[in-house]
Amino acid sequence: MSNAPLVRVIGASKDYRRGSETVHVLDHLSLEVPAGDFLALMGPSGSGKTTLLNMIGGLDRPSQGSVEVAGQRLEQLSDGKLARWRADNVGFVFQMYNLLPVLSAAGNVELPLLLTRLGSADRAKRTAAALALVGLSDRAKHKPRELSGGQEQRVGIARAIVGDPRILLCDEPTGDLDRKAGDEILDLLTALNQKHGKTIVMVTHDPRAAAHAKHILYLDKGSLTSEAA
Amino acid sequence: MASSFSQARLVTALNLRTLVTRWQSAAVTVVGIAGVMVVIVGVFSIYEGFRATLELSGAPDVMIILRGGSSDELQSGLALNAVKIVGDVPSVMRDADGPLVSGEVFSSVDLINKATGGMALVPLRGMGPQGPKLRSHLHFISGHMFTPGTNEIVVGQGAAHQFAGIEMGRELKLGANRWNVVGIFSDAGGLAESELWCDLTVLQGTLNYGTAVQSIRARLTSPEAFRAFKDTVTTDPRVNLSVVSERDYLANLSARLRGIIRSAGFAIAILMGLGAIFAALNTMYGAVAARTREIATLRALGFGAFPVVVSVLVEATMLGLIGALIGGAIGYMAFNGVQTSTLNMSSFSQVTFAFRVTGELLQWGLIYALVLALVGGVLPAIRAARLPIASGLREL
Amino acid sequence: MFRFLPLLWANLWRRRLRTVFTLLSILVAFLLFGLLEALRFAFFGGVEAASDDRLMTQHRMTIVRDLPGGYLGKVRAVPGVKFVSPQVWFGGWYQDEHKPLQVIAVEPEAFIDVYPEIRITEVEKRAWFIDRAGVIVGKDIAAQYGWHVGDHIPLQQNIPYKANGNTWDVNIRGIFDRPNGNNNGVFMQYKYLDESRQFGRGRVGWMVSRLENPADLPRIARQIDTMFENSPDETKSGSEKTWVGDFAKQVGNIGLILSAVAFAVFFTMLLVTGNTMAQAVRERTSEIGVLKTLGFSHAAVTWLVLIESLLLTLTGGAAGLGLAWLLTRGMQPFVATLLPLFKLPGHALLLGLVLTVLLGLAAGALPAARAMRLGVVQALRGG
Repeated sequence: MSNAPLVRVIGASKDYRRGSETVHVLDHLSLEVPAGDFLALMGPSGSGKTTLLNMIGGLDRPSQGSVEVAGQRLEQLSDGKLARWRADNVGFVFQMYNLLPVLSAAGNVELPLLLTRLGSADRAKRTAAALALVGLSDRAKHKPRELSGGQEQRVGIARAIVGDPRILLCDEPTGDLDRKAGDEILDLLTALNQKHGKTIVMVTHDPRAAAHAKHILYLDKGSLTSEAA
Repeated sequence: MASSFSQARLVTALNLRTLVTRWQSAAVTVVGIAGVMVVIVGVFSIYEGFRATLELSGAPDVMIILRGGSSDELQSGLALNAVKIVGDVPSVMRDADGPLVSGEVFSSVDLINKATGGMALVPLRGMGPQGPKLRSHLHFISGHMFTPGTNEIVVGQGAAHQFAGIEMGRELKLGANRWNVVGIFSDAGGLAESELWCDLTVLQGTLNYGTAVQSIRARLTSPEAFRAFKDTVTTDPRVNLSVVSERDYLANLSARLRGIIRSAGFAIAILMGLGAIFAALNTMYGAVAARTREIATLRALGFGAFPVVVSVLVEATMLGLIGALIGGAIGYMAFNGVQTSTLNMSSFSQVTFAFRVTGELLQWGLIYALVLALVGGVLPAIRAARLPIASGLREL
Repeated sequence: MFRFLPLLWANLWRRRLRTVFTLLSILVAFLLFGLLEALRFAFFGGVEAASDDRLMTQHRMTIVRDLPGGYLGKVRAVPGVKFVSPQVWFGGWYQDEHKPLQVIAVEPEAFIDVYPEIRITEVEKRAWFIDRAGVIVGKDIAAQYGWHVGDHIPLQQNIPYKANGNTWDVNIRGIFDRPNGNNNGVFMQYKYLDESRQFGRGRVGWMVSRLENPADLPRIARQIDTMFENSPDETKSGSEKTWVGDFAKQVGNIGLILSAVAFAVFFTMLLVTGNTMAQAVRERTSEIGVLKTLGFSHAAVTWLVLIESLLLTLTGGAAGLGLAWLLTRGMQPFVATLLPLFKLPGHALLLGLVLTVLLGLAAGALPAARAMRLGVVQALRGG
């Protein structure tokens, strides 16, 4: 495992204006994520864990402080460049899967590749590989409404890894699944981390899910409260 | 459960309340139907205006006599004795000055159309001394009739409005002579208002027509005398004449043009109507889709399918009605009374007329708009009725 | 570029019925547009065919009055005038009084000289020149009545030119083609009309002159009119193009009316399509968020929405214009007598296509702007 951390969050704060009040979602938070890590972020709702995740993925910018991923300071990137950076470096997995209902499973997985320079043959190859990895090759042509929740999430994971990103960011990936389907997803994530060396940061409120991770961090009211190995 | 009818009232009321949140799509239907209404009113008000001037302005007791076989004044030619022969027919009305008969010559003058800036052929008519009495609603707005035997001209108010250079007191050069405008007249919106009038003999001289005329107008003692008059005149061996009532003559004159306007109007109305139906269908389907969960809940609670259908149709009808009223109002304000002119190929001269938005036109337009709206609402209403309740409840 | 088409196409068909109805209403709108443009061309198309180097001389008072034949020689003698064609209106009809013809009596050689763009074979031309009772007919009217070169046909007439009867027997000596012009004309010989008519002998309806140099037109027009000033028959000369344009305008401010209807239709379509696009974007707020998380930039998403809108309008619009083209071609023979130039010209089709693009851009503008501004985080939450 490399020494230099993949992700460095340095004194990040995030404030939202709600009417006349200012809400502090993150409070001078610092953390480091080494490459190859599988980190779980836990905490009550409103603790800012999703906001932290979004910041690492370049979906949101801190009001103060900075976020650095693989040596790149995200605040130095303009919106357009940030989008580009996201395409190249990050894969997202959502609680509600967020698949496009008009596209088939394969179409959804291929979506990130449309932003690359790859030709259609290469795109097809990678899409097939990603679907095989998550065990859904036989469902490639199905639309999301024809898939079960667990299958949809697997498509979501396939989409997240198809571009071979540096880091996988998962926001409550098993939140909408039953126990069995959820376990399958977590096993898949674990395999991606251990066999394929993918760095994963996962937000969850479920301790059982967090148990699959290598490290767990707790957030409360925008700050880290304790660590558990 | 309450009766179907009161259920329907309830559901409809609920529906209309949610309409406010769906106002953008509803606005599209209203605008679509209003647009159709405005265009229909506009196009058919041309037709109605034209009809009022031509078809409806003919008097039933005034006859137009032309050369046998001619269908318009321009291409007819008669000798002077024909005027006397017609004047001698018993069923012709008489007054202190003799039989109400007028031999007339029909030509045209190039004037500038104020609206288009281009040249226009304006009718110039030379009439005998009894001529003015044959125009049923003649009334002078300013000035007076031309004095027979002089180079005086009077101008119909339609022509005065549309064409340049014929204001009161103006001097015109027509042919080799100078003429003076001494009066502006109205004739209850009829065809005469498009014309310039002058003395028959003076015009004959200017045009080198000798004593020939092109048409003869005569007023009969009563409209019923038409048959007898026609038989007498057409069987007279001294002359070859055809007789037609002024009403029929004007109707024929405009038949082709009216036909074109009518066909074009219907074609446009149908096509725009189709477009409006699709717009309405879109809105109504969207409305049903937006209310899927609400409809499914109502059905689950026990409301029947009929009230739901009624609520959709009521919504569609309401939107159609609003659109039609708005469109009708805009159409009326924009078009009614607008004066314009066009070329009548049969007489090869201009006819001035005003757009006319009649009550009947608005009525038919309203009915058409409502039909469009209903057609746009029927299919979605059926879909709403057949919505499977279980899946509707799950819909996000 | 084309790799995104499957996504865009799939998005359009998300709500099948809505897309179908929007496409259909766009189709109908452009069908109407095409028909209106064909009508506009029918009224004003002749202006294009009229030439810049031709001068029209008519009686000052009205074209209905005729001019002395002696004027011809005087006009020919004006420097800068190449050829002069005297013309007299005959009108007439063939078999059916309610289907009037456009028969004009001319001096054949002069006529061909003044209208060099008329395409006719040498053989037919010469045959016409030597047959006093000969006529040449336009290809459209010939097709309509099934006339062939060599046919003897009777033309009938209402103007009482002849003392007895109103039938004029003529022989078809040639069929001509006037590219972009009116192909419904029939031209007979002036001599044939003049020798048989009982009034107006030796006089002409109007004259059309071909000039050496179009730039001379105003000068020559003035010169001709001055020549006949203060005579019993004063003249008015001007460019043929202006005359044809004015004549079209005489039928009315038809152009204005047609444009107004087209505008009303276009405006309504804009609202319908715009509403569809707005709805489509609103429904896809979270999906747009997802695209942005995947790395689609704000600009990229904006383009996607605009192109989707364009796909919609181009498909519907092209279908509507195509249908209009087919319909006008089918209708042409039926309306030929009333509107000889009824067809959908190429430049109108082009204008239609441009309008479909404008419609797509305009309808998609606001939704695209909205999609662009959507913050990723809110979008994922559902907007």
